[in-house]
Amino acid sequence: MTEIIVVTSGKGGVGKTTTSASLAVGLAKRGKKVAVIDFDVGLRNLDLIMGCERRVVYDFVNVINGECTLKQALIKDKRYDSLFILAASQTRDKDALSRDGVDKVLKELAEDGFDFVICDSPAGIEKGAALAMYFADRAVVVVNPEVSSVRDSDRILGLLASKTRRAELGNGAVEQNLLLTRYNPNRVESGDMMSIADVQEILGIEVIGVIPESEGVLAASNAGVPVILDETSNAGLAYDDAVARLLGENRPLRFIDAQKKGLLSRLFRS
Amino acid sequence: MGILDFFKNKPKNTANVAKERLRIIVAQERAQRDSPDYLPTLRREILEVIKKYVNVDPDAVLISVERDGEHEVLELSVALPEKANAALGNG
Repeated sequence: MTEIIVVTSGKGGVGKTTTSASLAVGLAKRGKKVAVIDFDVGLRNLDLIMGCERRVVYDFVNVINGECTLKQALIKDKRYDSLFILAASQTRDKDALSRDGVDKVLKELAEDGFDFVICDSPAGIEKGAALAMYFADRAVVVVNPEVSSVRDSDRILGLLASKTRRAELGNGAVEQNLLLTRYNPNRVESGDMMSIADVQEILGIEVIGVIPESEGVLAASNAGVPVILDETSNAGLAYDDAVARLLGENRPLRFIDAQKKGLLSRLFRS
Repeated sequence: MGILDFFKNKPKNTANVAKERLRIIVAQERAQRDSPDYLPTLRREILEVIKKYVNVDPDAVLISVERDGEHEVLELSVALPEKANAALGNG
């Protein structure tokens, strides 16, 4: 069985593509056959984060329009043999994606024995985002502990419950997981950032990972190496935990406590 | 609390403010999301009918659907203006 996972958020800039890339790599690293698809037609970026931007020949829309085969368009990752990237098209035509076309590609991936298909959703709730979530079995909702991101995520949860194939067929709900990114435990402790519990309480879905704010994320995208491969970065380690949880492992959250204070400040603040 | 806290301006707990605001807006938006599509039109039309007889404020008509077990209850509330003479004459 192929599991289709949409990485979505509503709001832009919260870390969907970073998350898609890291989840895909993490799953492939554990021996799974994975395809990761960029649904952001016109604003392709997954290729850059994955570090394969110079190897894009054909894209998602080319496959849908029958201008090439799926095999020709899938870019094989240089690090993991079982990982493939399908780039978004840079066309300006927003209607280039069709539901039937996406369905055809996903079916072919299932026939080819892929274990996971990660759909990297564009921001917003327009066509690209709607199609990225439509066929999903599971949704990873990426959220920053910040008001607009949380509100938009709730909007996305509403769409997942009504505008997906599973909802339409009454096939059981799309499984919904929360992934908090840019989490800063020190700011949570000082009271100027919402905590994991706060966000979870408002959205009411299970947390699958908490990625701490980390310099490693920018460094990773600069280099085109998904941050999960940086084992010196807390963000990378936290993504690895999230992948383990996706596969059913039970791992406690890490990097969620404020850094210990020095001796002096501890003396004065108890 | 440390001694030094006395000399510092205590920062406001903005995270709590954020959480409170979100709790309200999210609840409101969820209620809207789960209600039938025709509610806004129904509300507008009811308001037009009432306005023929009473000069009510556009915000005076509240309409909502509540779910109570198997039943759905359409709740309609109209706030009439305080002054009796706000009613339109029979002109």
